[in-house]
Amino acid sequence: MPVLTHLEAIKQGIWEEMERDAAVFLIGEDIAEYGGAFKVTAGMLEKFGAERVIDTPISESAIVGAAVGSALMGLRPVVEMQFMDFIACGFDQIVNMAAKIHYRWGAKVPMVIRGPSGAGVHGGPYHSQSNEMWFVHTPGLKVVVPATAYDAKGLIKAAIRDDNPVIFYEHKFLYRRIKDEVPEEDYIVPIGKAAVRREGTDLAIITYGAMVWTALDAAAEMEKEGVSVEVVDLRSLLPYDEEAVLASVRKCSKVILLHEDTRIGGMAGELAAVISEKAFDDLDGPIVRVTAPDTPVPFSPPLEEYFLPNAEKVVNAARKLAAY
Amino acid sequence: MPSLKIQTAKPKTAGPEPALLERMLYYLKLTRECEHRIERVLYRQGKIVGGVYVGRGQEAIGVGSAIHLGPGDVVLPSHRDFSSFVIRGFTLREIFCNWLGRANGPSRGRENTTHIGSLERGVIPIISPLGDTLPVACGVAIAFRRRGAKNVALVHFGEGTTSRGDVHEAMNMAAVMKLAVIFICNNNAYAYSTATNKQYAVKDLADRAPGYGMPGVVVDGNDVLDVHQVVSEAIARARRGEGPSFIECKTFRMTGHSAHDAAEYVPESLKEEWARKDPIQRFEKLLLDRKLVSKAQISNMEKKIRQEIDDAVAFAEASPLPEGTTAVEGVYCGPNCWWERPV
Repeated sequence: MPVLTHLEAIKQGIWEEMERDAAVFLIGEDIAEYGGAFKVTAGMLEKFGAERVIDTPISESAIVGAAVGSALMGLRPVVEMQFMDFIACGFDQIVNMAAKIHYRWGAKVPMVIRGPSGAGVHGGPYHSQSNEMWFVHTPGLKVVVPATAYDAKGLIKAAIRDDNPVIFYEHKFLYRRIKDEVPEEDYIVPIGKAAVRREGTDLAIITYGAMVWTALDAAAEMEKEGVSVEVVDLRSLLPYDEEAVLASVRKCSKVILLHEDTRIGGMAGELAAVISEKAFDDLDGPIVRVTAPDTPVPFSPPLEEYFLPNAEKVVNAARKLAAY
Repeated sequence: MPSLKIQTAKPKTAGPEPALLERMLYYLKLTRECEHRIERVLYRQGKIVGGVYVGRGQEAIGVGSAIHLGPGDVVLPSHRDFSSFVIRGFTLREIFCNWLGRANGPSRGRENTTHIGSLERGVIPIISPLGDTLPVACGVAIAFRRRGAKNVALVHFGEGTTSRGDVHEAMNMAAVMKLAVIFICNNNAYAYSTATNKQYAVKDLADRAPGYGMPGVVVDGNDVLDVHQVVSEAIARARRGEGPSFIECKTFRMTGHSAHDAAEYVPESLKEEWARKDPIQRFEKLLLDRKLVSKAQISNMEKKIRQEIDDAVAFAEASPLPEGTTAVEGVYCGPNCWWERPV
């Protein structure tokens, strides 16, 4: 089976969907001749032509709005946000226009907004954010955050085939650092299904995106200390796999909720609430959050390092919780 | 380089055929009467709840533009373009059911006012954050291009909306990509309570059009024939693949921003001045003067309109309200979608 990077897997998924369905087209900034800031769309202009790989002026709101208009007319736009930080400029079109159309008047809006998010590459406050929760709090959207190359391809294909607006977060730290086996045959990873990345019995870490790899590093460390850690990769945040979350909590009775996003209003808060509502009797310790602090993402390496959760921080939390 | 801006005078062509003129008068009167019933009867009776926004005094803009549209064309009306909905085929029963929040209205009770859409009829509704439909119109035109269709998208907005960033982004995008979008500004002198001197610093908003690289036209928005002519030229240009146009229709909101607003900030003299320019009275007089319609015809038309509205209101009042529990359905489009099921 071919081994692809996270980025190559996303690219291959988009490419295959464009070959499969003529309604799929790409729209965004610097995506045609230039091939995108991270080269996810490199070569697509040559393959699919200028009518299906459309460069736009710098205008995130118009790009998202135009995607909505073309989706209503039967196309399947895939929007590239050059950085997910800039999605804020298209926020109104996403949350007020795209997300509400089906509820308001029954028309489907099959569109994907994808782009690089996350820190760890010294991008500073505007090239590093994990702002997925802006959209998780908006009914009508779906929000997807893959961790592996296999999932990145399967989920981008599922997102393109979905009849709803899907926000697809690609962690830029994973783009060229993560490689795994990606089948050549057609497959999708269903939106809304989590995956257990590592089986364990003593403590569950529930996480998503780049933090899945951090959790796995921490789990390996804890194993040396005799603590069996389960790692759950949510893969989708909206809808999220509540059953998978509760199953791991019931199995391990102790849980760490981990994300790179900031703390207040983060996904961990939602998960803590649902665990407390539905699995309170199964808990043998407090629900623990490991997250970034409530600050913008700082630039200078020591500041960014302090900001980001890492395996060491997770291990410290895990030791404490395991001993509880 | 010559300015792209065109200042229009009176239309020079022969103008529409008599049958079309009569249709236009019908839609003008129907719109006025429906909105009267909504704003000044049903709302005051407490039968319509929530916000009520109408386009009293602005009827000529919707009629003079939407009347041009054919199969495959799309209109994105503002909240003051009631006529666009009926011209594109929404029935009065549907419209009144929606205003009354009925389960069988086009939005099934999810949306108020004329926030109703139908892709079959080529109508994409506005949302309350104004200006959002302009980029959407660009996307509609991108889809036309992909289909190789010569269709057009008309998008309406007020002069207040032009201050929003989406308007700039959409106009720039449409001009750069030469999209078949007609930007129609209903400049009705007030954005809620804000007069134009607090909204923009140019003489005419159409002055901005050359800055985007598209023609800008100022037209008397209370003259349905002028609007008809200018929109016709812009549509022809767009169908030829020459790109977007910006049409600024000067008009006046002959009522409050919404039904609760007495518009006391508008000087009485201005209200009186514009009352004399009432687009419906003007057009009716023109047709009578040219002997294109008779007083008897008009009287019959008005009677028919009242009957149609009476029927629609009675139908809506007799229609069921939605079950509260259905509020959670239809958030997502999927298999066995709630929207596919009959009410």
